[in-house]
Amino acid sequence: MDTNQILADVQEIFRDVLDNEDIEINFETVADDVEEWDSLSHIQLIVAIEKHFKIKFNSKELMEWKTVGDMIDCIAAK
Amino acid sequence: MLTLSQLKKIIKEEIKSNLLIVKVALVGDSATQLLCTAIRGIGVLRGYNIDLFEAEYNQVERQFMDPTSDLYQFDADYIVVFQSTHKLGERHSSLTAEQQANLAEERLQFVADICSNPALASKKIIYFNYPEIDDTIFGCYANKVESSFTYQVRKLNYELMRLSQQFQNLFICDIAGLQNKLGRDHMFAANVYTSTEMVLSIDALPYVASRVMDIVCAIKGQFKKCLILDLDNTVWGGVIGDDGLEGIQLGHGLGIGKAFTEFQMWVKKLKQRGIIICVASKNNEETAKEPFEKHPDMVLKLDDIAVFQANWETKVDNIRTIQQILNIGFDSMVFLDDNPFERNMVRENIPAITVPELPEDPAEYLEYLYSLNLFETASYSNLDKDRTKQYQVEAQRVSLSKTFTNEADFLKSLNMVSVVSGFTKFNTPRVAQLSQRSNQFNLRTVRYTDADIEALANDPSVLDLSFTLEDKFGDNGLIAVVIMKPQDKETLFVDTWFMSCRVLKRGMENFTLNTMVEKAKAAGYKHIIGEYLPTPKNKMVEQHYSGLGFTTIEGTSTAQFVLDIEAYQPRECYIVKK
Repeated sequence: MDTNQILADVQEIFRDVLDNEDIEINFETVADDVEEWDSLSHIQLIVAIEKHFKIKFNSKELMEWKTVGDMIDCIAAK
Repeated sequence: MLTLSQLKKIIKEEIKSNLLIVKVALVGDSATQLLCTAIRGIGVLRGYNIDLFEAEYNQVERQFMDPTSDLYQFDADYIVVFQSTHKLGERHSSLTAEQQANLAEERLQFVADICSNPALASKKIIYFNYPEIDDTIFGCYANKVESSFTYQVRKLNYELMRLSQQFQNLFICDIAGLQNKLGRDHMFAANVYTSTEMVLSIDALPYVASRVMDIVCAIKGQFKKCLILDLDNTVWGGVIGDDGLEGIQLGHGLGIGKAFTEFQMWVKKLKQRGIIICVASKNNEETAKEPFEKHPDMVLKLDDIAVFQANWETKVDNIRTIQQILNIGFDSMVFLDDNPFERNMVRENIPAITVPELPEDPAEYLEYLYSLNLFETASYSNLDKDRTKQYQVEAQRVSLSKTFTNEADFLKSLNMVSVVSGFTKFNTPRVAQLSQRSNQFNLRTVRYTDADIEALANDPSVLDLSFTLEDKFGDNGLIAVVIMKPQDKETLFVDTWFMSCRVLKRGMENFTLNTMVEKAKAAGYKHIIGEYLPTPKNKMVEQHYSGLGFTTIEGTSTAQFVLDIEAYQPRECYIVKK
């Protein structure tokens, strides 16, 4: 799956989990850019993304992401 | 972990080589052939050729009791004993509450007998402990009820550990722990735990929250009191009208009858804990009752059914009729039907009733129903099992009352007797329970726990009264409670007055008030003040105090009423105090 398609899917998940239809994300987006994206909603995003792509992140990966791009790369590598 | 088919191949390939032979016997009460295969396969992997003796199915007791049995002949080094939670549950279902409380002890005695048998002294006994199956008969309240299956299984697992300390030759195979581990893979997410401090997985949270609210709702008085059953393909397999008595699937013989038998055992346990069981079936009444009367594998009998509605009216009409007879809210009822059309029709017309979406395969009914925890409760008394009888008696009373034209004559003919008592350790559970269950005839709807009631009983300033009602048809047990607290030296405030709706229209209110006034007078009070706090369900008693001769107090924020004790004339009633 190409990274743009992953980004589109992830954006949908963000909108759904954070309950905000206006969220726009790109590869450079960081948590501070999205108001609802805090440490608690982060966990919900992770679990939703894992389910959607039928993958499992390890705890090191979860700690290392800085941007949405890091996240997408990680998904693409699985 | 290797799969079973991989293990099978390993056995074929490796068994000829020179492995060390170990003699193992497996005795179980369920089908254990494939488990034996797996043990032999894993044995090969660990370098052993397992010479395995498998006892005939379900002969655990016989194999151990009979010194000439195959088990002793085989002379194994290791004896694996696998008595299943399912079979233990069946045994639990067949016992009275008193016997149920002794279930773990009974099984432990058996295990102790095996371990202390001199013929087995040199053997190693590997005993499987019991993976829990919560039958949800009590919900989480099972933890407080010694006779509950959950309580007995946990006790058994705990005591097995102690037994294994006592007997050198006893080793516990912890398959309960194994079930926990496999379950924890859903309840717990290691990656989430490591990066947060959350010990519950996101997916588990709604389930956990649901259990919390089950308890809160039960304490607040919202819980299920009645289970209404469809018959064909719900209580038995097949259609009684088409397949006939011999053709329906029930019991361990025909088709998937086992699923229905175990379902019926579950319903019977619910009945024994006080859930009212009713039937709503599209059938001729005679045809529908035939299996209950004649089929040898029916666990449920006509005696277990409080209201039996079998006719060609709609299910909606029949459920409404049941509701009128029982006089309880639709929100305290559960309706089980295999037919999605009927389920939807009931849901649309009676939104308050709970209608579980039963799985298509009857084999799945029970595990699905367990997952819903429908019958959480906040109280239990051993009298609950008599509730069905009381509703059946109520149906008789209703038919007798139709033969009297004069209400007083009817009431006199009932020969009613009431036992009046303060709160004691004997009636405390029932008083607390009724305070949680009563919604309609409840003036202030204050809910009390056992501990609250005990505290009230010990408070000398409180006037606590409980009432039973017995008549020629039977004993209703404890049906009304009054709690009065001093407001000042001359005035008592009625903190609580509730009554079971089963005894409406018997003059019980008059009898209760006569007793209240008598007690208040004896204690030197001049006035009784009552209050009505409205809820969505207690409109029935809005006019309660004015109807009993209290005077409305003007200018209070809630509806309050006062009674002058000196001027009170005892009200007419046909109940004798005992």
